[in-house]
Amino acid sequence: MKPFDYARPGDVAEAVRVATLPGAVFLGGGTNLVDHLKLGVARPDLVVDVRTLTSREVTDTEDGGLRAGAAVTNSELAADRRVRERYPVLAQALLAGATGQLRNTATTGGNPLQRTRCVYFQDVTTPCNKREPGTGCSAIGGTTRNHAVLGASQACIATHPSDMAVALAALDACVQVLGPTGERTVPFTELHRLPGDDPSRDTVLEQGELITAMGLPPLPAARTSAYRKVRDRASYAFALVSVAAVLDVRDGVVQDVRIALGGVAHKPWRATRAEQALRGGPATPDAFAAAAAEELADARPQPGIDGGNGFKVPLVTRTLVATLRDLTAAQEG
Amino acid sequence: MDAEISLRVDGQAHRLTVDTRTTLLDAMRERLGVTSPKKGCDHGQCGACTVLLDGERQLPCLALAVAHDGAEITTADGLAPPGELHPVQQAFLDQDAFQCGYCTPGQVCSAVAVLDEVARGWPSHASTDLTADPELDHDEVSERMSGNLCRCAAYVNIVPAVQQAGGRS
Ligand SMILES: Cc1cc2nc3c(=O)[nH]c(=O)nc-3n(C[C@H](O)[C@H](O)[C@H](O)COP(=O)(O)OP(=O)(O)OC[C@H]3O[C@@H](n4cnc5c(N)ncnc54)[C@H](O)[C@@H]3O)c2cc1C
Ligand code: FES
Ligand code: FES
Repeated sequence: MKPFDYARPGDVAEAVRVATLPGAVFLGGGTNLVDHLKLGVARPDLVVDVRTLTSREVTDTEDGGLRAGAAVTNSELAADRRVRERYPVLAQALLAGATGQLRNTATTGGNPLQRTRCVYFQDVTTPCNKREPGTGCSAIGGTTRNHAVLGASQACIATHPSDMAVALAALDACVQVLGPTGERTVPFTELHRLPGDDPSRDTVLEQGELITAMGLPPLPAARTSAYRKVRDRASYAFALVSVAAVLDVRDGVVQDVRIALGGVAHKPWRATRAEQALRGGPATPDAFAAAAAEELADARPQPGIDGGNGFKVPLVTRTLVATLRDLTAAQEG
Repeated sequence: MDAEISLRVDGQAHRLTVDTRTTLLDAMRERLGVTSPKKGCDHGQCGACTVLLDGERQLPCLALAVAHDGAEITTADGLAPPGELHPVQQAFLDQDAFQCGYCTPGQVCSAVAVLDEVARGWPSHASTDLTADPELDHDEVSERMSGNLCRCAAYVNIVPAVQQAGGRS
C-alpha cells in the first residue's frame, strides 16, 4: 500500500478546505476505500476522515420529507421507522446490499460513491480507462456478465454496484454537497455520470466536494414501492439486475410511477421512457412489458468470453414486470 | 506516517503507535497479540475478523486503525469473563456448530450482534413485513448470518445454535 497522510479535521468546512488539494480523498466507513487502498486501485496522498464530522441523524424536513446525514449507517437508515413506512423501496434496497457487518459500517455518503466492481478495474495489472485513463478497456471482449447494456461507451462498460443508489434515483432524492465555493444541491439522478470518453469520473462532484446529507422528498406514493434484486446467490452478492419502483394505481390505471434500474449502466438508470409509457395507462402485465421494451430499445448487450450479458435484457423485462405486478396487487388486492 | 492511538480491547486499555496504513485487524493481531479475530480474506468478504466495534458488529480488516482512535472493541474472547462461556458460545458447543473452528470467533461475534439487532426490531432482507417485529426463523437467521462464511460448511448447525441462544429451539 502506498503511504498516505491521515487527517481528521475539526469540522466539515475544514475537511473541505483540506481535501481541495489533488491527491486527497474522503474516508467514510472505509468499506470500499480501504479495500481499494489495499488493492492499489486508490493511491491517495491524504485521507481525510469525515465519518465523525458529518451528521449521523435522520430528521424530518418541513415539507414532510426526510434528511439523512452522511454519517448515518446503512443499517440505521434501513431500520429507521419512517424509512420503512414511507420509503420501503429504500429500506429494501439497503437490506439487499452487502452484509450486516458491512451495513453497520457503510455510510449514507459513502455508499452511492462506491466504485464499480468491474474485475478489471479492481485488478491493477490489467488496462482500465477508469483507473488509468488512456490505457484501454479490458472488459470489452472480456468477461462481461456484470457489465452494462445501457449508456456504455467505447471507453468503459462498467456498471454502478450500489443497491441504495437505485432506490434513491427512483425516489428523486437530492444530494446536499459542501464544496470549496459553498453549498449546492444535486438531484440524485444527476449525481452519477455516464462514462463517455472520461470514465475516470464516476460523478459530477469536484475535488474537495463533500456529501453532507441525502434528502428524500415527500412522496406519498412511495408507501407503495419496492426493490427487487436478482443475483447469482440468494444473499450476499451484487445485483445482476435490479429494479426500484414506486407505483400509484387507482381503478386499474397508473396515476404515478417512478422506476430506476440497477446493474445495467454506469449509473443508476432512471427509466423515464418506461415511466412515460405507463403514466395514465392500464396497470397490466402487457403494459409493463411494453414499457420495459420501450426503455430497453437502445440496449446494447456486450459479447464476452463468458457468453456475454445479453441475458440482462429479458431479465430486466421480467424483473420490472414482476415488481410492478406485485405493487399493483398490493394496492388493488 | 505514524500516529499514536488508544484502543480498549476486551476491557483492556492499550496505547500504541501505528502506521496510517495499518488496519484495525493487524493492529490487534500483530501489535497487541489479540488473535481471536481471524484473518480470512482481508477484504471484507468472509466475516472471520468480525468483532463488536463500538457496540456493533463490524469488520476490522476494512478499518484503518488510525480512524478508530479511542474505540471500544469486544472480540469473541472477551464476550464472557475468563473461564466462562457466553450463551452464544455455549449454544455453538451444544449444537456442534463448528468443525475446524477458524470462522467461529467471527460467527460468534456476529451471532451476538444478530440477537441484539433482532431485539431492536431491525428488519432484514428475509423479513416479509418490514414493519413487523422479526422472528428468529431459519430464513431470518441464515440471511442475517450470511456475512460469515464457513469453509467447513457448518451452517446447518450454526443456524440452530443462533436460535438456541436467542431462546428459540
Ligand atoms: C464483500 C462486499 C460486498 C458488498 N456487497 C454490496 C452489495 O451487494 N450492494 C451494495 O450496494 N454494496 C455492496 N458493497 C459495497 C458497500 O455497500 C460499500 O463499500 C459501502 O456502501 C461504502 O460506504 P462507506 O461509507 O464504507 O464508503 P467509503 O469506503 O468510506 O468511501 C467510498 C467512496 O466515497 C467517498 N466518500 C465517502 N464519504 C463521502 C462523503 N461524505 N462525501 C464525499 N465523498 C465521500 C470516498 O472517498 C470513497 O471514494 C459490498 C462491499 C463488500 C466489501
Ligand atoms: S478477514 Fe475481514 S472479512 Fe475476511
Ligand atoms: S468451522 Fe471451519 S471454517 Fe467454519
